[in-house]
Amino acid sequence: MLISTALVLLMTPALAFFYGGLVRSKNALNTMMMSFVALGPVAVAWALVGYSLAFAPGGPVIGSLSYVALQGVGMQPQGTIPHLLFMSFQGTFAIITAALISGAVVERMRFNAYLAFVVLWVLVVYAPVAHWVWGGGFLATMGALDFAGGAVVHVNAASAALVAALVVGPRKDYGRHAMLPHNVPFTMLGAGVLWFGWFGFNAGSALTAGTTAALAFTNTLFAPAATLATWAVIDLVRGGRVTAVGAATAIVVGLVVVTPAAGYIGPGSAVALGALGAVPSYFALIYRARTKLDDSLDVVAAHGTGGATGAILTGVFADAAWSGGPSGLIDGNPTQILTQLASVIIVMLYSGTATFAILKLLALVMPLRISGRVEGVGMDVTEHGEEAYTGGDGAILVSAKDSYIARAAADAVAVHHGGRP
Amino acid sequence: VKLIVAIVRPEQLSDVLEALFHAEVRGLTISRVQGHGGEMEHVENYRGTTVKMALAEKVRLEIGVSNHFVQPTVDAILSAARTGEVGDGKIMVLPIEKIYRIRTGEQDQDAVTPVTAKT
Repeated sequence: MLISTALVLLMTPALAFFYGGLVRSKNALNTMMMSFVALGPVAVAWALVGYSLAFAPGGPVIGSLSYVALQGVGMQPQGTIPHLLFMSFQGTFAIITAALISGAVVERMRFNAYLAFVVLWVLVVYAPVAHWVWGGGFLATMGALDFAGGAVVHVNAASAALVAALVVGPRKDYGRHAMLPHNVPFTMLGAGVLWFGWFGFNAGSALTAGTTAALAFTNTLFAPAATLATWAVIDLVRGGRVTAVGAATAIVVGLVVVTPAAGYIGPGSAVALGALGAVPSYFALIYRARTKLDDSLDVVAAHGTGGATGAILTGVFADAAWSGGPSGLIDGNPTQILTQLASVIIVMLYSGTATFAILKLLALVMPLRISGRVEGVGMDVTEHGEEAYTGGDGAILVSAKDSYIARAAADAVAVHHGGRP
Repeated sequence: VKLIVAIVRPEQLSDVLEALFHAEVRGLTISRVQGHGGEMEHVENYRGTTVKMALAEKVRLEIGVSNHFVQPTVDAILSAARTGEVGDGKIMVLPIEKIYRIRTGEQDQDAVTPVTAKT
């Protein structure tokens, strides 16, 4: 479990590379920081309040405040592992879920508005949804199956992403100019490390190093493999070439699809599930690019479509012979599909509505997006005062005693670019 | 025959190319350059190191055109590259002594007339 927790934590930097490679070079640092920064404030918010709302004993809708600031979360066992470790493991899930949303608003959402948003989102949206499924809430009572977070993580993040993309609005040149990935090798590196980390995500969700963990591990290997194979075939048939960005995307989609099912289905089913799961996301991606919806890095197609497909297919392939309990359609329990569908719709509706409310409230106190001028210059310079790729030409060292000049100049630049001083 | 050299903001490049395309200007060269044009320097900070970036990223376009194409080309760049803030760049129109198309050895006006515009 220690290793699984570390593996899931590694997924967030991996996501930074996956996303960072897909944007233009002038926004590379900003995009990567949107993932990285979740490691800080989101983790703190989780320890202070989020964990308690999600996992402290409470009602069907939300936990309670009894674990606030980790009171009573100590060495005592929580299931098979120390309570502290369980809390940390769950914390790494909260971090990556919040970071996933950033893909829909990269290259135009203001960084401080994003920061405020993800912290609020983890408390208001992630914590209750995690409670519903894993904290003894009403979706658990209903019998919804979500092994490692198809609904809690992926459908949840994707619904928020969809709403965020709509509320923040498209990039100014979206649909007018091509906006190409600036570093596809970064994206492939990110996809690779995400897969590595996902073994902790799925196998670790067994919460013990036993047979279920081995099953989830195996499925996490073969379902994405089947998705990648299927994706490559569709690429070949449609365009005659297998694309690299497509392959990286396919791996992520396969991982998303197998997430809710990982510990419930047999490995043969995992291959079928991975292969089937490629299709809806592939065509959702193509369809989305033709619309006005600037979900820039396709969070909805990869995580929303993939997560929903995975959740529903879990209701098809769950098999008591492997899961040791829950069963789906192939095991003679067709109604499980409806339960799965209901859980997806409930999470979608709540996440979408609550995200809309958070963003609209934030918009009252701060602008959500940068000005068009700043969009042109790029957010690395304007939001962070750094560049991802600078040769250092023309950089004049400002000595410490002149640093007030630097501050004054920085303020002047902020005003110049339409930010606040 | 003139050589038009334009220095523009990189973020305006797509607009400039589109405008040139609409003005039926074919054949140009671009390069990424750095320069200073009186705009405010921005400040960057890397751990303890604070620097003023005195050179800004720009794109230089070089376009060889026949005389009656000079004005449409300049107009296209002027309208597409302008944001109204310091740092929008410059357009320079230079005389050319001689120009050759390497493939055919054609000279001057013939050398800068696109193949598609002939016949």
